[in-house]
Amino acid sequence: MADLTDGRGAVKRRIGTRLWLAGGWLTLLLLAAVFAPLVAPQDPLAQDLFLTRLPPFWEKGAEAGYWLGTDSLGRDVLSRIIYGARLALVVALVAGSITCIIGSALGLMAGFLRGWVDLVISRLIDIWMAFPPVLFSILLIAVIGPGLHSIILAIVIIDWTRFARVIRAEAMAQGAMDYVASAQVAGRGRIGTMLREILPNVLPTIVVLLTLEMGIAVIVEAILSFVNLSISTDDPTWGGMIAEGRASVYQAWWVLVFPLITLFLTVLAFSQLGEGLKDRFDPVLR
Amino acid sequence: MFWQKLIARIGTTAVTLIGVAVIVFVVIRVVPGNPVAMMLPPGATEADVARLTALYGLDKSIPAQFLIWVQGVLHGDFGTSITTRQPVLDLVLGRLPATLELSIMALVMAVAIGGTAALTGTRLRGTRAEGAIDVANGMALSVPDFLWGLALILLFGVLMPVFHISGRVTPSLELPFTTGFYLFESLFRLRFDLWADIVSHMLMPALALAIPLAAIIGQLLKQSLKETMHLDYVTLSRTKGYGENHVITREALPNAILPTLTLVGVQFTFLIGGTVIVERLFSYEGLGNMAIDAVINRDLPLIQGIVILFAVIFTAVNLVVDLLYTVLNPRLRHG
Amino acid sequence: MSFLSVKNLTLRLRDNRAPLLRDVSLEVSAGEVHGLVGESGAGKSMIGKAVLGILPRAVEIAGGEIWLDGVDLLALPPAARRKRVGGLAALIPQDPLTALNPSRRIGPQITDRLVDILGWKRAEAEARALDLLGEVQINDPARVMRQYPHELSGGMRQRILIASAFAAEPKLIVADEPTTALDVTVQKQILRLIAGMQARHGTALLFVTHDLGVVSKVCQSLSVLYAGRILEQSTVRDFFAAPSHPYSAALLGATPKYTDPEGSLTPVPEAIIAGLRAEIAAYDEAHHG
Repeated sequence: MADLTDGRGAVKRRIGTRLWLAGGWLTLLLLAAVFAPLVAPQDPLAQDLFLTRLPPFWEKGAEAGYWLGTDSLGRDVLSRIIYGARLALVVALVAGSITCIIGSALGLMAGFLRGWVDLVISRLIDIWMAFPPVLFSILLIAVIGPGLHSIILAIVIIDWTRFARVIRAEAMAQGAMDYVASAQVAGRGRIGTMLREILPNVLPTIVVLLTLEMGIAVIVEAILSFVNLSISTDDPTWGGMIAEGRASVYQAWWVLVFPLITLFLTVLAFSQLGEGLKDRFDPVLR
Repeated sequence: MFWQKLIARIGTTAVTLIGVAVIVFVVIRVVPGNPVAMMLPPGATEADVARLTALYGLDKSIPAQFLIWVQGVLHGDFGTSITTRQPVLDLVLGRLPATLELSIMALVMAVAIGGTAALTGTRLRGTRAEGAIDVANGMALSVPDFLWGLALILLFGVLMPVFHISGRVTPSLELPFTTGFYLFESLFRLRFDLWADIVSHMLMPALALAIPLAAIIGQLLKQSLKETMHLDYVTLSRTKGYGENHVITREALPNAILPTLTLVGVQFTFLIGGTVIVERLFSYEGLGNMAIDAVINRDLPLIQGIVILFAVIFTAVNLVVDLLYTVLNPRLRHG
Repeated sequence: MSFLSVKNLTLRLRDNRAPLLRDVSLEVSAGEVHGLVGESGAGKSMIGKAVLGILPRAVEIAGGEIWLDGVDLLALPPAARRKRVGGLAALIPQDPLTALNPSRRIGPQITDRLVDILGWKRAEAEARALDLLGEVQINDPARVMRQYPHELSGGMRQRILIASAFAAEPKLIVADEPTTALDVTVQKQILRLIAGMQARHGTALLFVTHDLGVVSKVCQSLSVLYAGRILEQSTVRDFFAAPSHPYSAALLGATPKYTDPEGSLTPVPEAIIAGLRAEIAAYDEAHHG
């Protein structure tokens, strides 16, 4: 018995740090994105051909005001990262949420209503999973054309299966449990049961998957901008910066390194947020 | 019983492949603009465009085009690439070995790294080293192959230029190969100089692909091992005089592997899907790289062919994994 | 000179130092069958596990000695201890459904210790296994050797585990509630089998059980445990004639009898439990827990 409380305490301590760090980074990012015009030292689109490829502030040859250096067109790396966060977060939140809602809904229906609904949705999931995701997304963007709405649409179309599969399995498991039978005996309709009884129980899983999905959305957007198929304007994107950075990696490593680190930290933060939330939701630890 | 299952399996696989074909077919023909027009030089006349459009059958209705395509496929003809004028099948089969070699190398690396992490973590359980392995594992899990590829490019391409970060092989080398399987053929022909060069080019992209899968294997196998180590037959083995290493590897491991196997199969298909972007990152001349170019160039027949091929590979992998599971599980073998 | 001599063994949970065994001592002579009796959680299994070196990770040894054939096991380095125990002792586990490796055939699970640890030749080991399987009354032992555990019934698996325990001709066997997980119809057979083999091979037996009836049939001496303390130790004859501790008397009284099913189901009186709790508390106080 004493074993358990000690163990629980230790895990709760671990959860704390993880959630704080992840939440902290994401909040920082959010603030930077929202207050970008106030926070960014330079105009992210301003090119200055006299200030190309300046190194970060601790290196020789750096210029004041350009903390993380400049790229081959003289644009400030730090400012571009800050403005790039806007796109990343919008994509994460919007695409993540829509994918979550659609995927979970389909998974819930398939897992609980069974029958031909399940048959159709399961077959669809199989077909979807036979597509290489990156290729599919590139294909979709090429077809729909670039733009923010396209990216969001592409992410939703490709990744709904992530939610559907997991929620379907959970709904099936929950549907077999006694409390569901009781509810139906008590007179709840099928849809009613699904929404009032099953949904609250699969909600923790949905939340965890949502954080995961947001991280994935950021990555997909980065990959799309990397292959030049993201938004159509000149607004900075992390993926675009990475593509430029890759091309000039021997001459100006900072153009690749800093957006890469930012992307790394953001993806990590989303997944650790999910992990931390999962532990928090686990009834054993509650 | 076995035959029934097999037939049902073939049935669902066929439905899946047809579904994939239909979706790709429809999606890429919704493309705005005429792809053929892009292929011709600026001075081309309307008649030229029309002629080429007819040649590629793009003037017909979508269902009609689909039927024509299916007919071709049944005769082994996957159409002709718009950009290179070569048969799609030849192009695709030409690049397939490169991607296969890369994927398999990545798989082997993932199993080695993940397996070692899981076994070491189990051997050292309760110590701080185990905690460190868990943390590293958790972080590796959340980062996709794309980011690992970039990190590796920075690390080993720029910082410490030990490995190559571009292409399959150093361009100046003369290659005596007859197949596209450079890695295997160089060994077969005992050309170790070539083999070393090829490995040096493949190592970084394969590692980028391997790390996420290694993390999954590491976590899952360790969890599985942890549960297995509590079972009575493991304890009994200790009373016989066996040490920790034997108990982990010979008693627990064979039983802990099975649950990991099915997940690894699915994740392997994700790894293969990852070759699309990783090959691009490393300018590796494989199927994935060609796919991106095909999409950018709107080469419809080529896109179609590549996507179908990927789908076939995925379903084949799933099939193999299911078979492997049945073979390895004594309970299923005897029913 | 006892073959097994446990002296003042104290076990506790690693994390919060809650005591599991409080200063336990017992002696088992060569060829003797000693019963460890008590309710669930009394710690009887822990004694056997401590001797064999298979205590759970959460449990630590806080004091005492375990002498096996003249050597204190707790003073040995882990590898030497493992080897000694492996050569001299064996376990008959409680649950036959989980004590056999599902991925290996029966044969190797009996012969492995002989070949790997004791250096026997494979042919000799297999011959020995066949003999033992015959001893536990398994028909067609050659066929069974090639089968997997899931192909056999619980009763058969327990026989195999018994045979396996005797394989290396151990001097001490710990039987951890070997019949608890079996059907009632099979329990008696298995019990007779164990008793028979013990007599034939002259092995000392530490028999862990909560069933006094079993003890009366198989054991020569016994220890009664409650909350990790030994309340009483004596020969079986003396015990069943006149137990000295009130708790033991209550236990005997609690055994249901066919002749009086209703009346004979008397639980241990509250007063005795309270008295025991006070004893334990006093012990813990004196030893700072």
